[in-house]
Amino acid sequence: MAYSLEGRTGTWEVVVGLEVHAQVISESKLFSGASATYGGAPNAHVSFVDAGFPGMLPVINKECVAQAVRTGLGLKAQINLFSRFDRKNYFYADLPNGYQISQFAHPVVGTGTVEIELQDGTIKQIGITRLHLEQDAGKSMHDQHASKSVIDLNRAGVALMEIVSEPDIRSPEEAGAYLRKLRQILRYLGTCDGNMEEGSMRADVNVSVRKAGEAFRTRCEIKNVNSIRFVMHAVEAEALRQIEIWESGGEVVQETRLYDPSKGETRSMRSKEDAHDYRYFPEPDLLPLVLEQSWVDELAAKLPELPDEKRARFCDQYGIPFYDAGVLVAEQATADFYETVAKTRDGKLAANWITGDFFAALNRTGTTIETSPVSAAALGQLLDLIADKTINGRIAKDVFEEMVETGAMPADIVEKKGLRQVTDTGAIDAAVTKVLAENADKVAEYKSGKDKLFGFFVGQVMKAMQGKGNPALVNEAVKKQLG
Amino acid sequence: MSPFDLTIAQAAKALRAKDISAVELTTAYNGAVAALNPRLNAYITTTPELALEQAKAADARLKAGDATALTGIPIAMKDLFCTEGVRTTAASKILSPFVPPYESTVSAKLKAAGAVMLGKANLDEFAMGSANITSAYGPVENPWKRREDADAKLVPGGSSGGSAAAVAARIALAATGTDTGGSIRQPAAFTGLAGIKPTYGRCSRWGIVAFASSLDQAGPMARNAEDCAILLNAMAGFDEKDSTSAPQPVPDFTQALTRGVKGLRIGIPAEYRLEGTNPEILALWDKGIAWLREQGAEIVDISLPHTKYGLAVYYIVAPAEASSNLARYDGVRFGARVDGVDLIDMYERTRAAGFGAEVKRRIMIGTYVLSHGYYDAYYLKAQKVRNLILRDFSNAFGKVDAILTPTAPSAAFGLGEKMDDPVTMYLNDVFTVPASLAGVPAMSVPAGLNAEGLPLGLQVIGKHFDEETVFAVSAAIEQAAGFAALPEVRAK
Repeated sequence: MAYSLEGRTGTWEVVVGLEVHAQVISESKLFSGASATYGGAPNAHVSFVDAGFPGMLPVINKECVAQAVRTGLGLKAQINLFSRFDRKNYFYADLPNGYQISQFAHPVVGTGTVEIELQDGTIKQIGITRLHLEQDAGKSMHDQHASKSVIDLNRAGVALMEIVSEPDIRSPEEAGAYLRKLRQILRYLGTCDGNMEEGSMRADVNVSVRKAGEAFRTRCEIKNVNSIRFVMHAVEAEALRQIEIWESGGEVVQETRLYDPSKGETRSMRSKEDAHDYRYFPEPDLLPLVLEQSWVDELAAKLPELPDEKRARFCDQYGIPFYDAGVLVAEQATADFYETVAKTRDGKLAANWITGDFFAALNRTGTTIETSPVSAAALGQLLDLIADKTINGRIAKDVFEEMVETGAMPADIVEKKGLRQVTDTGAIDAAVTKVLAENADKVAEYKSGKDKLFGFFVGQVMKAMQGKGNPALVNEAVKKQLG
Repeated sequence: MSPFDLTIAQAAKALRAKDISAVELTTAYNGAVAALNPRLNAYITTTPELALEQAKAADARLKAGDATALTGIPIAMKDLFCTEGVRTTAASKILSPFVPPYESTVSAKLKAAGAVMLGKANLDEFAMGSANITSAYGPVENPWKRREDADAKLVPGGSSGGSAAAVAARIALAATGTDTGGSIRQPAAFTGLAGIKPTYGRCSRWGIVAFASSLDQAGPMARNAEDCAILLNAMAGFDEKDSTSAPQPVPDFTQALTRGVKGLRIGIPAEYRLEGTNPEILALWDKGIAWLREQGAEIVDISLPHTKYGLAVYYIVAPAEASSNLARYDGVRFGARVDGVDLIDMYERTRAAGFGAEVKRRIMIGTYVLSHGYYDAYYLKAQKVRNLILRDFSNAFGKVDAILTPTAPSAAFGLGEKMDDPVTMYLNDVFTVPASLAGVPAMSVPAGLNAEGLPLGLQVIGKHFDEETVFAVSAAIEQAAGFAALPEVRAK
């Protein structure tokens, strides 16, 4: 059932396009040698180029271009071998040159697609319009001094990729799914850490509403939303605001708005009339960016496996369900962890353990896959102990808990605690005989038709053997002795 | 021989022969600067102590046998080159307190070669002007005088007017300039000097206060073509810090000076024979043609059909780039600031107080031509015509090796003349602007005097990265012209 909003005059469809600013992972800034590291003392990572000093000139950082191309390849997009930088002119205190170097007419990456999956399993393609490189501005702080603002230029000049989607998104859920998928791809590629709290990924959200079958109506742009949840809220809040305007006979005006998460509403930032005239023109300090197809091919050849492909391969190679594969590839680290465990073992069992006990343990201990006390090697060893029947599945759960507690290897735990599975039929038979003798009344009940008691006998035998009995052999022995 | 009459080549020889030491040479020039600069205003900042220090180091190098052709040569540095620890103003109030913490690539190369810096030469504010009258530090006086009117103050041309006046008056042995639309060539012509604007991309722009990025180019101004070649040898070269600098090998330009012009095809563009051009200028041009023909060059009539659009294109492209390049002068990080009630108010007050009228005019023109709704009609169209002008030159250079034209439509004019209307002033650049737009090298050499006794220059334009032919032709003209006149005001 497609998402829609009910108004007084009928049903409204929501139309959303997203412009995502993703900070490029690189050693240095887009046009200077200054460090692009996050944090640091204010103005610690600033070169004269970043500060816009007289006579300073930008030089394109090749690694940033490579990151943009990798991202373009990851978005199945067209890579433009010819692109160009332009100046976007406006005055602001944290924009040292009085212009931002961006790509306006000729972006480095053209059209592509991102595939999203919704709750109900629907798969949808969201079009990518373009991706271009540009420099970030610095940061103005207005609360450090009674009458003055202070400027931190650490971020000024850091490379950003602006990734623009087509207006293909039709609900808050789709907006969220798109952002999560995009972030996943960027993280897989290692081109952006996708960390929205630190601002290394931010979204401008374009929202309009329309009745079924209509052309697009006027849109508003909600600037700089910094969490996926807020984007989803902002879409709905803005759509409801616009519906209210249209339904009360008004007209939505094109403008830039801000989302206020504390009030759950958007408010006007500046109208179209106040919009800047950016006076874009080709950056005369830089030559056009001309890429060699062979260089692009080289980057493509070295591109890591992306989540969609990995998911398909996991299903195929390890025979696990599509859903489970989706969970395992959500994060690159999880996928790698899974693959280390599953590679030479039962892929389904590995998937069950990871999505079950392992994830639960991470949750419980507040650890991540990187800090987990249980390594992939350790979990693999546990599965090996199950596979070669050294321990049974029940004991394995206990061993796993011990592994979470102590970080010890499962083989050591099994040795130390003598948890090795008993497959000696003599010992099992003896244990069965003892249990049946001690529960003569229950045996009688069983024999008079209370079949369910079979499990009780098995449980008692396992208990008597401290859980170490081989379940199949125990079953067999109980069945045999009960006649 | 007086130290003031030496060329770089002669001074280098004298320094090696120990006829004079670098300290003696610099001391003489420091003295001449102190005596004449108050009158000429050729320097905004003089650096006599620094010059002496550098001279001492030069003497040590000379002694050690580790000297270049420029070691110990006292020069003026246009105050558009950022010089580490030495105030750099671009002749603007807005940069009056600015002391760069870095050295421009070109000035660093000259420093490394051992050249001695006497001071920072005056110029038009942000290099915007053709008479050196827009400097916030006052106009520069041309050391040349009209024969009949020695009291009238003449302009030295611009924007490198301070550099020109300093070299002409012998208060610098040579100077650096920058040329965006004629700022080296026109003042060289007005002061009887040689000056070359190299191919765009030949010298690094890193550390030069930007006026119009796609046009700005550094170059030397000196007594003759040979000195220019010596200087350009040191100034030129690829710089990874300037993406528009060219990864081209730098030949020894002095080798080209004696090549001669025999067999060279010299183009004479019909479109430069403008109606109303001073007949003296046209006569000198004809003389230049005759000299080259006599020396064995083949004279070829050519057409550069889009020449007439050159000025219009230039006065759109250059202000457009300047309006953006000058946005950084906002009082936030360096330079002068005038406080305001808020950020916008501070910007407005700072820029209102910091920029002069001509700079403001060009910022406004540039902002206008880039504005929404005007961009296509002005900036984009200008870029298209710029391409046509480039194509004119490419076509012409299919037929000829170099082009000969006058440098400027007149000799130096009086301070206060041509000021009623900015366009009259812009017309000074009519012969120099096309080569700038095409990015080709062009040089002005002194070729004669007008009836009033003022120097006139001829311009030699060459192919991209073929400064060598430009030097060869210029040297041939220089030799034929035998220009030996000296300005009225000069160190003796």
